[in-house]
Amino acid sequence: MEFVQQLINGISLGSIYALIALGYTMVYGIVKLINFAHGDVFMVGAFIGFYSISVFHLNFFLALLISMVACAIFGVVIERIAYKPLRNATRIAALITAIGVSLLIEYGTIYIRGAQIEAYPGNVIPDVTIKFFGVEVSSQSLFILGVSVLLMVCLQFIVHKTKIGKAMRAVSHDMDAARLMGINVDNTISATFAIGSALAGAAGVIFGMYYTSIDPLMGIIPGLKAFVAAVLGGIGIIPGAMVGGLVLGVIEALVSALGYSLWRDGVAFIVLILILIFRPSGLFGKNVREKV
Amino acid sequence: MLNIQNLNVYYGNIQALKGVSLEINEGEIVTLIGANGAGKSTLLKTISGLIKPKDGEILFEGQNIAGKVAQSIVKKGVSQVPEGRRVFANMTVEENLELGAFLRKDTKGIREDFEKVYNLFPRLQERRKQQAGTLSGGEQQMLAMGRALMARPRLLLLDEPSMGLAPLLVKTIFRIIQEINDTGTTILLVEQNANMALSVADRAYVIETGRIVLDGTSDELNQSDQIRTAYLGGH
Amino acid sequence: MSIVKQAKGFWASIVLAIVFSVVVQLLINGGQLNAFYVNTLFLIGINIILAVSLHLIIGITGQFSIGHAGFLAVGAYASAIITMKLQLPFGLALLVGGLAAAVAGLIIGIPSLRLKGDYLAIATLGFGEIVRIIFLNINYVGGASGMQVSHLTTWPWLIGCVIFSILVIVNFTNSTHGRACISIRENEIAADAMGINTTYYKVTAFAIGAFFAGIAGTLYAHNFYIIQPTNFGFLKSFDILIFVVLGGLGSMSGAVIAAILLTIISTYLQDYPETRMIIYSLVLIVMMLYRPQGLMGTKEITSLFKGRKSVKGGVQDESKHTVA
Repeated sequence: MEFVQQLINGISLGSIYALIALGYTMVYGIVKLINFAHGDVFMVGAFIGFYSISVFHLNFFLALLISMVACAIFGVVIERIAYKPLRNATRIAALITAIGVSLLIEYGTIYIRGAQIEAYPGNVIPDVTIKFFGVEVSSQSLFILGVSVLLMVCLQFIVHKTKIGKAMRAVSHDMDAARLMGINVDNTISATFAIGSALAGAAGVIFGMYYTSIDPLMGIIPGLKAFVAAVLGGIGIIPGAMVGGLVLGVIEALVSALGYSLWRDGVAFIVLILILIFRPSGLFGKNVREKV
Repeated sequence: MLNIQNLNVYYGNIQALKGVSLEINEGEIVTLIGANGAGKSTLLKTISGLIKPKDGEILFEGQNIAGKVAQSIVKKGVSQVPEGRRVFANMTVEENLELGAFLRKDTKGIREDFEKVYNLFPRLQERRKQQAGTLSGGEQQMLAMGRALMARPRLLLLDEPSMGLAPLLVKTIFRIIQEINDTGTTILLVEQNANMALSVADRAYVIETGRIVLDGTSDELNQSDQIRTAYLGGH
Repeated sequence: MSIVKQAKGFWASIVLAIVFSVVVQLLINGGQLNAFYVNTLFLIGINIILAVSLHLIIGITGQFSIGHAGFLAVGAYASAIITMKLQLPFGLALLVGGLAAAVAGLIIGIPSLRLKGDYLAIATLGFGEIVRIIFLNINYVGGASGMQVSHLTTWPWLIGCVIFSILVIVNFTNSTHGRACISIRENEIAADAMGINTTYYKVTAFAIGAFFAGIAGTLYAHNFYIIQPTNFGFLKSFDILIFVVLGGLGSMSGAVIAAILLTIISTYLQDYPETRMIIYSLVLIVMMLYRPQGLMGTKEITSLFKGRKSVKGGVQDESKHTVA
């Protein structure tokens, strides 16, 4: 039964990874950029949620919403200022810029508010233990899973059924052909950043609620792991990011359950390297050879 | 309808179009023929707003569209079927066609145009729910054309529609080009297959290394020795 | 004639370096340099070695690696085991530190070679983290609390290692191996098509770069009294990366100058770590937006003085590249 509980913990953690991974994968799919700053948008989201709840005494859903909107705007600002001028630059130049933006957000946050850890108010969501056939599950775990799934369903709807979603898919497949359809590529890219960042913001609030402590550097490791999740599922593929996140969360929970919790952070990177070596297109990707 | 004056386009330091001037009247099929790298695709991309010209004018119905963003040019009624089809492979045929009508808001008109495109290309209707990437080359060409028509263009730019297609399919495609023109759409057709192009076009321009070197009616060019040796494989 | 001239320049710089080292040693002995300056000087030396070693991997071979701190860690821990656990001399520790890191470079290099560009970057970042986590979990080297290390890094060892690493990397760059590496940077597919064994050269560059990072790790460990896994996180990797990026991807003198400049800046800002990181990050962003080729581009400082063009990557061949 211990195993099942760990599995459920893993799924909750994995759904947070999945939410962050979606932003990575969408942005990579459209502009071929590993947005290193994405993990920091997640951190900013956690802080906005924190201030909304503890300073303005808003309820969880309002805090979640505010954080998502603010992060969406933040993501677009980053894209417009730092990434858009580099759209025709080398990928390495863009990657270095992304690293720079990431460091700037992290240390800018420390500069503004200090590096101290903040404790998330714990009573936002009732935390009761529910028993199913002898398995104890916390209501928070279920709640996290529920919110994540809901957000992912919304995302699927946006991507497949709405005009902007179709534009995003078109741009990510062929930018010039999309222009010929009359699609405004710049706005579509910004929309992609907005949606991805909103999901990261939501993940930040959920993470804060679940793990209760947040700090300005909290985005680094979950950000990297979410990237691993995106690669695991096949970067650029939205369902891949969801599955990749869940798989990674479960693997980590199992490693912890087996008593190797200190190795937990290493496992994600081992998964990354194995997947890059043996199946670089990811679980869901087709093997496409790069054309010369 | 389209009047290009003295257009100069550069890729970095390399001049791709050198003072190109060209005119298309309403209802015509005009073809632009030339060898690989002569600047045919560059001209179409510049008209569509994918490339910004250094100077020169592109007047579409009297308005200068040179250097405007692609979006506003599509909106004005110029659509392009790009070289190599460029369909959205991971989307269905239907979604591809929807994207063609991206800027339009008239749901009713869009529905009519779906019908029109499906009538023109019955194959596409059969494969409506299929991913565009799984279509054959000819079907993808049809889809690319149908997609462009969904914008209800007044001027249709076609870039090498016969490329890589079997001769029989090429014939079909050219027949359809003629049909599209008959419904009142003006067409600028870029082709390496000069024979086929001249058979449907009213007039033609010949481009060589970024310059228009010759123009005239299709009949005139068909009879020109210069054209026969260089482009029509004659002697 | 050009060879004679180059040889002259070579010996002149060697002599200059020796004179400089001796003068500094005398100043240290005489007490004219206080501890702050000495410490800064040591840091500069270590950072120069790190900068040139990463320059070989990124600047010359074009393999975007952002896990360099991993090699630094391997060198630091391996050498600390030699001196502290086995009580063997420091010279041996330098060698073992370098070799251990080179082996790590091979282990990382061989599988990573299938990857390109940003995928490689992420994989190397992952390797760097794995290395850190491994040390975190080995109790023999102290786990999270780290390992005490005696202060054995002396000025002669330091400056000797700096000169040695610069010499080796300059010579490598100017050899046919170096040209092969540059051709990989410029166009890997073309290099492959020309019959260059790209895999071999990429692995070699990784191993040599890692070797010197390991040397730097040895000097680093024996300069700070204590090493901990947290010293070798990816922020450390970014610190090294910024030397190469700021200096100009492909310019060794650029990397050296950037290492000196940034080390001085960061010692002055050591009480304001977040200001330092904000400056670093802004430098990276502004640099990529306005001067993505870095301070020096692919030029070398020597070419500025001699007023002649240099081949990208700093290959100096006067017979072909004189200014007309």
